[in-house]
Amino acid sequence: MTASHKPVPKPTPETQPFWDGTAEGRLRIQRCDACSRHYFYPRPACPHCGSDDVTWVTAGGRATLYSYVISHRPAPGFEQDGPYAIAVVELEEGVRMMTNIVGVEITPENLPLDMELRVVFEQRGDVHVPLFEPAGGPAR
Amino acid sequence: MNIVIAGAAETDELGKLPHMSTAQLHLQAARNALADAGMTKDDIDGVATVGMPGPIQIAHALGIAPAWLDGTGVGGSSFLFHVRHAAAAIRAGLCTTVLITHGESGRSRVGAPRPALGPDSLIGQFELPYGVLGPPTMFTLTALRYMKETGLTHEQLAEVAVAQRRWAHRNPRAMFQDLITVEDVLASRMVAYPFHLLECCLVTDGGGALIVTTEERARRSPVHLLGSGESAESPIISQMEDFTTSAAFRRSGEAAFAEAGISHDDVDHLMIYDAFAHVPIYGLEDLGFVKRGEAGPFIAEGHTSPGGRLPLNTNGGGLSYTHTGMYGMFAIQESVRQLRGEAAAQVPGVEVGVVLGNGGMFASAATLVLSNHRP
Repeated sequence: MTASHKPVPKPTPETQPFWDGTAEGRLRIQRCDACSRHYFYPRPACPHCGSDDVTWVTAGGRATLYSYVISHRPAPGFEQDGPYAIAVVELEEGVRMMTNIVGVEITPENLPLDMELRVVFEQRGDVHVPLFEPAGGPAR
Repeated sequence: MNIVIAGAAETDELGKLPHMSTAQLHLQAARNALADAGMTKDDIDGVATVGMPGPIQIAHALGIAPAWLDGTGVGGSSFLFHVRHAAAAIRAGLCTTVLITHGESGRSRVGAPRPALGPDSLIGQFELPYGVLGPPTMFTLTALRYMKETGLTHEQLAEVAVAQRRWAHRNPRAMFQDLITVEDVLASRMVAYPFHLLECCLVTDGGGALIVTTEERARRSPVHLLGSGESAESPIISQMEDFTTSAAFRRSGEAAFAEAGISHDDVDHLMIYDAFAHVPIYGLEDLGFVKRGEAGPFIAEGHTSPGGRLPLNTNGGGLSYTHTGMYGMFAIQESVRQLRGEAAAQVPGVEVGVVLGNGGMFASAATLVLSNHRP
């Protein structure tokens, strides 16, 4: 269900394809056709080689846990969550993004670095935000 | 042309100052620095400061007709950038004597509008939706990765706060002066795992100012700028390339050491911006004082504490002395005091000091190499 008071991102022209993708349940990132590397966040040219020969592709949605904190002071909209994990995950395509870990009780023991994750989407207003849960599905 | 810091001072008080606006903090610090330099506002032809109120208001309020302005605002490191930029401007003949000011009502928020981060900004789209709440939930994000890759323990992270409190214990101006133990740190409230309250910086009101000019124009024994460097990495922490090392720290440090022509063995005193306990660990490694993974044990063994071979953050740092929000000014001030022999917790025989400033969250960095001797 929608967490109605959590911050809702507002797309801009260069990020619109990303948010259009999440609304369709797809995690889209950019790939450089010149150097064959992926990158994130959305930008008009490849930060690795400088080429603007870039394409939007759909990522596989699999990731590993790169690092995180467990916040004990809730941001506006997160008051009902209890301590929550603000994480950075590394997609199998090699790019990283911030997210929340869901589908598991948020404790250090349950969240070893490099654990395998998969993307899920949460609707907020008109936007769908990518979150990640354990690759084997929610452990409840 | 030898560039020097010819005046340096902080506001009369630091801490909780609800009776002073942001602009007042700037102006009191400026007047104190001018007095320290033996100068008047008519000696100043360049002004540098950050954001609101900015260099126009500061120059106008003091009655200065500036020939040169710098409003570089890249976070808490900005004042180190200003020193570097002022040196370049003076060498280029754009101005002769620069006033650099900092004032921040970080705790009381008097006359201090918070910058708006809209939902369409980079951070608004890709970090704020995940419940980040200021630096305690962002700057800290790198630490678990560093701990996994280097073996740094929770106890060693806590030792950073313990070591700096030993310095603050000797400094009557430090906000927190009581000695603490690792157990105290680990028993303090969890803010954002793995960071406890005592591993997070203070939030205070205060200010500081510097006068940068040529050696010939200085009216008291000056502190020489031997070298400087600046760089930047990612505007948002999640896109930092490697969570175990700061590229901006490394690049700014290499440039400063190269310009100064010094080696690490020449450094008697070190200031590393410490918004959170892991930052001095990164700084020690990224500046090259120790190898990767060695900084935690180095601090825990006492080498940066009073009596140690590399005195670090000798005012008590952002963790114990003061942290208005843009702490870099205070790191410079302590380095100047140590080089003048005027520090509260004075280290004997300091001749070369290094200051590493962080801006944002590993977003920008600048390094200064200072000395009480000519280059």
